[in-house]
Amino acid sequence: MPVTENWKPTIVAFCCNWCSYAGADLAGSSRLAYPADVKIIKVPCSCRVNPMFILRAFEKGADGVILCGCHPGDCHYSTGNYYARRRMTLLFSMLDYLGVEDGRTRVEWVSAAEGVKFSETMNSFVEKVRGLGPNVRLGDLRCRN
Amino acid sequence: MNQVDEIKQISGVNPLKCMKCGKCSASCPSFYEMDIKPHQFVSYVINDDVQALANSRSAWKCLSCFACIERCPRNVQPGKLIDAARQILIRQRGQEGLSADEIPALLDEDMPQQLLMSAFRKYRR
Amino acid sequence: MRRIGVFVCHCGSNIAATVDVKKVVEMALLEQGVVHAEDYPYMCSEAGQSHIAEAIREKQLDGIVVCSCSPRMHEATFRKCAEKNGLNPYLVEIANIREHCSWIHKDMQEATEKAVILMRAAVAKVHLNAPLKAGESAVTKRALVIGGGIAGIQTALDIADAGYHVDIVEKEPSIGGRMSQLDKTFPTLDCSACILTPKMVEAASHENITIHTWSEVEKVSGFVGNFTVDIRKKARYVNMDKCTGCGICQEKCPSKKPLNEFNRGLNNRSAIYTPFAQAIPNVPVIDAAACIKLKTGKCGICEKFCQAGAIDYAQTDEIITQQYGAIVVATGFDTIKLDKYGEYAYGESKDVITSLELERIMNAAGPTKGHLERLSDGKAPKEIVFIQCVGSRCSDDRGKPYCSKICCMYTAKHAMLIRDKYPDTNVTVFYIDVRTPGKNFDEFYRRAVEDYGVNYVKGQVGKVAPQSDGSLLVHGVDLLENKQILKKADMVVLATAIEPNSDVRKIATMLTASIDTNNFLTEAHPKLRPVESPTAGVFLSGVCQGPKDIPETVAQAGAAAVKVIGLLAKDKLKTNPCTAKADELRCNGCSQCAGVCPYGAISYETRQVNDHGIREDRRIAVVNSALCQGCGACTVTCPSGAMDLQGFSNRQIIAEVDAICR
Repeated sequence: MPVTENWKPTIVAFCCNWCSYAGADLAGSSRLAYPADVKIIKVPCSCRVNPMFILRAFEKGADGVILCGCHPGDCHYSTGNYYARRRMTLLFSMLDYLGVEDGRTRVEWVSAAEGVKFSETMNSFVEKVRGLGPNVRLGDLRCRN
Repeated sequence: MNQVDEIKQISGVNPLKCMKCGKCSASCPSFYEMDIKPHQFVSYVINDDVQALANSRSAWKCLSCFACIERCPRNVQPGKLIDAARQILIRQRGQEGLSADEIPALLDEDMPQQLLMSAFRKYRR
Repeated sequence: MRRIGVFVCHCGSNIAATVDVKKVVEMALLEQGVVHAEDYPYMCSEAGQSHIAEAIREKQLDGIVVCSCSPRMHEATFRKCAEKNGLNPYLVEIANIREHCSWIHKDMQEATEKAVILMRAAVAKVHLNAPLKAGESAVTKRALVIGGGIAGIQTALDIADAGYHVDIVEKEPSIGGRMSQLDKTFPTLDCSACILTPKMVEAASHENITIHTWSEVEKVSGFVGNFTVDIRKKARYVNMDKCTGCGICQEKCPSKKPLNEFNRGLNNRSAIYTPFAQAIPNVPVIDAAACIKLKTGKCGICEKFCQAGAIDYAQTDEIITQQYGAIVVATGFDTIKLDKYGEYAYGESKDVITSLELERIMNAAGPTKGHLERLSDGKAPKEIVFIQCVGSRCSDDRGKPYCSKICCMYTAKHAMLIRDKYPDTNVTVFYIDVRTPGKNFDEFYRRAVEDYGVNYVKGQVGKVAPQSDGSLLVHGVDLLENKQILKKADMVVLATAIEPNSDVRKIATMLTASIDTNNFLTEAHPKLRPVESPTAGVFLSGVCQGPKDIPETVAQAGAAAVKVIGLLAKDKLKTNPCTAKADELRCNGCSQCAGVCPYGAISYETRQVNDHGIREDRRIAVVNSALCQGCGACTVTCPSGAMDLQGFSNRQIIAEVDAICR
């Protein structure tokens, strides 16, 4: 797909309610800009994110998916982010194998106090995805010979 | 590029991080040799007066001992700024520095050889 | 098909300045199921809410999307509004178009497009929202305070006075904390012990307070109203019931080498010790690492001399398990380590000390019995230099980026006290800024300068060089005179940065309370909920939340107590209805969900199910909704997709994903 100058990626960010969503709120109230391409979905915990959701996003045309949770050890539910980390490690390597490049997926720990980190993370992630260009949809892949 | 951006680029210093504590000036062994003191360097950059810094005595009196760089609590590192100011001046002057052949006549007996070597290393860029 | 109303808030100009709210309304009306859409300057206002109420009535709405600020701000407001008007509160969704949109984007078109997408995602979700009903859980009417310093003591006293039982857990052998180590307090120069010990005694004698000293919190489980906590009471080797506190054991103990922690290691104590004279409880502990009897089996002198027969070398650690409704963290602070500040020669010279060490030196019970003297040679210092902001306000990796807040004031206090008691001693304070916001604080600092002749010099010290004659050469600068200063001093005092107690991270992890990059506990809202942790039922008291002085600590301790009392006064708490639920037709009873549940909320029962006409007994997962906290770990683990989370169901989240990617 040709990358035009004005191409804007679609990026889905799953944020846990306790740390990262609050971190995104702090980025907002501190007016720390990041691209409008990022759309946040609130989940109670990073461990609520089913790999199916991420596959679905790519299937429907997302160009990048990022999952943000509490720092290891700080999970509101004690262990949720550890499950998320393991699941995403497996999923992302499988996605890479399928042709959804490694740079399109990311797990990042952002605490409620890290508005700056949230904004920086989103800026660098969007830049990375922009560099990779539009995602070849998983759905499209199946249709091609 | 204007001089403020140039000095920031060469030095990698963000002068806005300075909290004006003066630890650099307290640490500087060349303090009394300098016309512009280490803690004032950032103000010259912020106030868009880089040329004054480049033309100052301080640019040549800094020993590059790195005490200010080592101790600066804000990672501002005025030593890097003055080094960059010197660099700007050298660039402006072009090739008017000493050539290697002119040096022997200027040497005196007490000058350590090592100093000469490090001077070459420092200014040959 | 749901009948959905979309309400777009301007938030004054906070949203409307960057998001075209009319356009969002227009686009909302094109969405499936949206029968009503409007915008209003302040949706959260009384008038804004009445618009919602009216629309619910007139258009028979059964789903509401409010495009406004973060749900963390006003979700509760709008849910309450819906409930008042006969709509289930869980049929309300918030599209966060302020924090996540208008405040971070500048371009109107871009921000409007994003706001429309966020609105669509919320509409898509609300289509699938089910009405949920919050359950109830009982409240254990007992509170736990972790830390027995002034913060913990004050919180405990206030809660206990309201009639609820409080346990204080303190890891040291006595309560009292940092304040007990201080000599005088600013800005009134009260003797610290004189104002603290009455509070310690009051706490110890209060019928509603139980104090566990020499104890640590080992494990925390449960949730607001129903915490279960394991407390490790470390072996004291002294029977608390028998000991009379006569102190003969400490006198006779032959092991006198261990460093005295209470005096910041400036002198030594015996292996069996109470940290200070006014300790509560006045029962010593045996330092097992230094006790000859415990190490080699020989000695037993303290046992021989103890007339009460209180020494018990066979004592072991004991675990107490207790239920609590609320937990207050009051773990306090310590000064930072100075090993990265070689230029101040702290480890090199005994006469370079921290302010807390000076506090001990000036205290009558300290290593020098209150005489101001050099630790190297015992001579009275004639020239003292104070250096402020050591490790504070540093953005390098050596110090802390924040202002420690108390140093300007205690340095003025120290300078003043020294000039008062030893008028022939010169005092110079090197400062960067003198920060004295607080009642009578600036007046206090001015008194130090004007009445006591303390010499304040603006400029940070670069280096302290110990000289061969035992003096210290201070390389400073006077930025106002623009000259360097070389000052010979007999003693240098470093106003060392403070940091949260090293145990706080462990405790925060146990409590699942958030913590920031500096290890300060995060408050639920920096302005409006400053004494609550985002974790329900956990409250913050004192410096564990941020640097503060004694009056502020006491005020915050009282505030935390009020929050605890408010919680314990309730008989029942509403529980979060967004809990997991298994679909009995899909569940195959594999037990994987139970393995990942951090709350043990999942059990199994054999139940007859009707699977498309076939009746059979099956083993099925059952979620205890009182225990389930709604994290969703089980939903992803479930191999058959039987487990789902109410309020964040698979279908709801996928609907949001689809709306965003469409």
